[in-house]
Amino acid sequence: MALFNLKINGKTYKADVDANTPLLWVLRDHLDLVGTKYGCGMAMCGACTVHVNGEATRSCVVPVSNVSNATITTVEGLSETGTHPVQEAWDEVDVPQCGYCQAGQMMTASALLAKNANPSDKEIEEAMVGNICRCGTYHRIHDAVKLAAAKMKK
Amino acid sequence: MSTNQSRRDFFKTSATAAGGLVLGFGWFSSEAFEPGVLTKAAADTIDFNAYLAIAPSGIITIYSPNPEIGQGIKTAFPIIVAEELDADWSKVKVEQSPLDTKKFERQLTGGSGAIRHSWERLRKAGATARVMLMEAAAKKWSVPLSECSTSKGFVMHSSGKKLSYGELATDAAQITPPTTVKLKDKSNFTLIGTSVKGVDSKAILTGKNLFGIDYKREGMLNAMIQRPPAFGLKLKSFDATEAKKMPGITDVVSFGNKVAIVGKTTWEVMQARKAVKIEWEKEKDLESSADHDRIFKEMLNSTTATVHRKDGDIEAAFKNAYKVIEAEYQCPFLPHSPMEPMNFFAHFKGDSIEMAGPSQTPQNAQNQIAKMFNIAPEKVTIELTRMGGGFGRRLNTDYAVEAAELSSIIKAPVKVTWSREDDTAGGIYRPAVRYRFKASIDKAGNITGYMLHGAGMNAGNATRPDNFPVGAIENTLIQSNDHKSPITTGPWRAPITNFLAYAEQAFLDEVAMAGGKDPIQLRMELLEKAQKSPVGKLTYEPERFREVIKLAADKAGWGKKKKGVYQGFSVYFSHASYVAQIAEMANVKGKPVLKKVYAAVDCGIVINESSAQNQVYGAIVDGLGHAMYGNLTFKDGAPQQDNFNKYRLIRYNEVPDIEVHFVKNGIDPTGLGEPALPPTGGAIANAIFKTTGKRLYNQPFSEQGATLG
Repeated sequence: MALFNLKINGKTYKADVDANTPLLWVLRDHLDLVGTKYGCGMAMCGACTVHVNGEATRSCVVPVSNVSNATITTVEGLSETGTHPVQEAWDEVDVPQCGYCQAGQMMTASALLAKNANPSDKEIEEAMVGNICRCGTYHRIHDAVKLAAAKMKK
Repeated sequence: MSTNQSRRDFFKTSATAAGGLVLGFGWFSSEAFEPGVLTKAAADTIDFNAYLAIAPSGIITIYSPNPEIGQGIKTAFPIIVAEELDADWSKVKVEQSPLDTKKFERQLTGGSGAIRHSWERLRKAGATARVMLMEAAAKKWSVPLSECSTSKGFVMHSSGKKLSYGELATDAAQITPPTTVKLKDKSNFTLIGTSVKGVDSKAILTGKNLFGIDYKREGMLNAMIQRPPAFGLKLKSFDATEAKKMPGITDVVSFGNKVAIVGKTTWEVMQARKAVKIEWEKEKDLESSADHDRIFKEMLNSTTATVHRKDGDIEAAFKNAYKVIEAEYQCPFLPHSPMEPMNFFAHFKGDSIEMAGPSQTPQNAQNQIAKMFNIAPEKVTIELTRMGGGFGRRLNTDYAVEAAELSSIIKAPVKVTWSREDDTAGGIYRPAVRYRFKASIDKAGNITGYMLHGAGMNAGNATRPDNFPVGAIENTLIQSNDHKSPITTGPWRAPITNFLAYAEQAFLDEVAMAGGKDPIQLRMELLEKAQKSPVGKLTYEPERFREVIKLAADKAGWGKKKKGVYQGFSVYFSHASYVAQIAEMANVKGKPVLKKVYAAVDCGIVINESSAQNQVYGAIVDGLGHAMYGNLTFKDGAPQQDNFNKYRLIRYNEVPDIEVHFVKNGIDPTGLGEPALPPTGGAIANAIFKTTGKRLYNQPFSEQGATLG
């Protein structure tokens, strides 16, 4: 076990865990940040996506020791009340069905838009292809990414 | 239900209202989102009936009894209540009810039946409370009831006076509920049929703890369970010496051919699980996919089939045929793959047990757990969490029952979580099925005889014996065989029809072609026959069938498309709704590429347009993805795919354009969670045939050269 001071959503969290513990399980089991979801445990579905130094990252395969000095953002850190343009767009487009994958979808989309304010359809596709939605809300995800981009330009 | 209960049952003050419970666990999104408002509202909320409560502050709480799985029921039910209540939707808060068999019937998610079952009682719940509010106002103003009306949360008098529902709530709750109540004229609906956002959306989008896997309690342990790695194996022995020494591990116990690893955190449990040494031994046949292929053929050639329906004389029809067409279609086992793996929380307390988690059938779970512990069902309380998908998997109660059993063994509150590998390889699948079709036609291409023989792996009756085209053909035979496999099976979104529809619709295309008829023309002629002179029992309405076909053909421009666009048609009636689909493909260097799917849907009145559109899009994507890629194979009883690296799900870049149209006929609503899925495979397969001339007889299509995107 080792003590980690993690910079998450602008706060510092302490976690006394094995150094190999994936960031996902530190968030969920130790820090009560359960918005980040477990889906596959092998970076195949994107449900666990968070930002590590601004990069969309699959937290299920990142040992906590790798991110001890990083700036981490989870869905709870996009905004607590749903005012981030990506959250607003997801709400306006009424994207979710079951909703389980949507935190990961939004984290991938928000990382893309932070770097590329005006992504082409091809660039959106390249970013979003790693996130599975079993309910099949892909069309609305596409519309919501476009809407979020428009909101961020304002 | 509400209208038959006494006032005593209706009137409950805050002490017994659900508010305390809800706030106690901070569990329900709409509560968690605006705690200030809701704390106040919950403190003096007045229950009018099982479905709704009104607080003097004007906040209306609508209780949604059915489990939410992504089908939108938690939003749709309250819309219906609010419509008849004439509530202001912006003042409505929705709460998920826990399992309560005294208050509610059919707290179930399955069979696309919730709206159909509850439509009238939800309307009555809202309308009854509305009348009570009007009576309270009339009394206060000393005016006749007939001079009062309602709008957006207010009772109005013809003189211009008005009082809010909040102001009237306390008095209204003293009024004796009417035993009969007039419902709104459907043409006056103002909320039903509009687009209403999901009531949990904000909580979902801000990462609140909505799902079973997010559930936490003080002192709760986490567990994972190692189940037999192959169907047909049982537990012989295990050695947990090393595992028990690992950090965070509190217990390793065995029950029912399983070994449970219990500890403080999920990750620690996952690590210790790898250190448990387990020996398994053979109990039943260890089947491989090649065995299934052989068994299918044996069943289809056997003379022991169970006959489900017989009209006329099928043998004579085949004997006198101008032409006989025969084909066989096969599909594999499929896991459900909900994004949220199975999980359940249990806290056994000796003579009672508290449960919480995602279940499509909480009442079944309650009954089974009560039976296991020999306690009364009401001693098993179940909180219903939002479900991260389910697709039928959570109609089984195995994962809840085992959590209950584990809690009773370790005598502690525990949440059991399945890994993705457990969820994919741990059983209960869409059964693998093979169908043989045989049809006879006359010189004009009319079908004179139709035989369907289903062979299933634990599929029960793999046919739907009364489904179209049965009822439109003089001579039919519908029969099936079933093989009792150690591999476990259960309902998978649109059970049986999720594959049968494709097979039937593709076969009908073959028959149309053999008889020189356009595929839509063939179906329209059959439906005309079913309407004018049905053969035997008819379980569908031919006219509604024809309407969705016409709508789809019109929107897609059937037969009028330019060169290079290849169209495939399919139509199906399931779960009381009618859906026609047309798939359009292009031939790109010899490969069929799906461009667009049109859908025409008759589910009666649409409750929530946005949600309904979302369901149909999703069902088409689901049907397409599984028809293209879904394939769970077996070797010596062991599933060969256990995670998304080997088991492929459809992704963002692979979906075609989709266009959805609803028939507007004002008929009482039916279901929409399932009916849009069955036609998709057939529309795709028929379009592939048009594009390449190749008829696909097996799913998944990707293994026969079809590609997407």
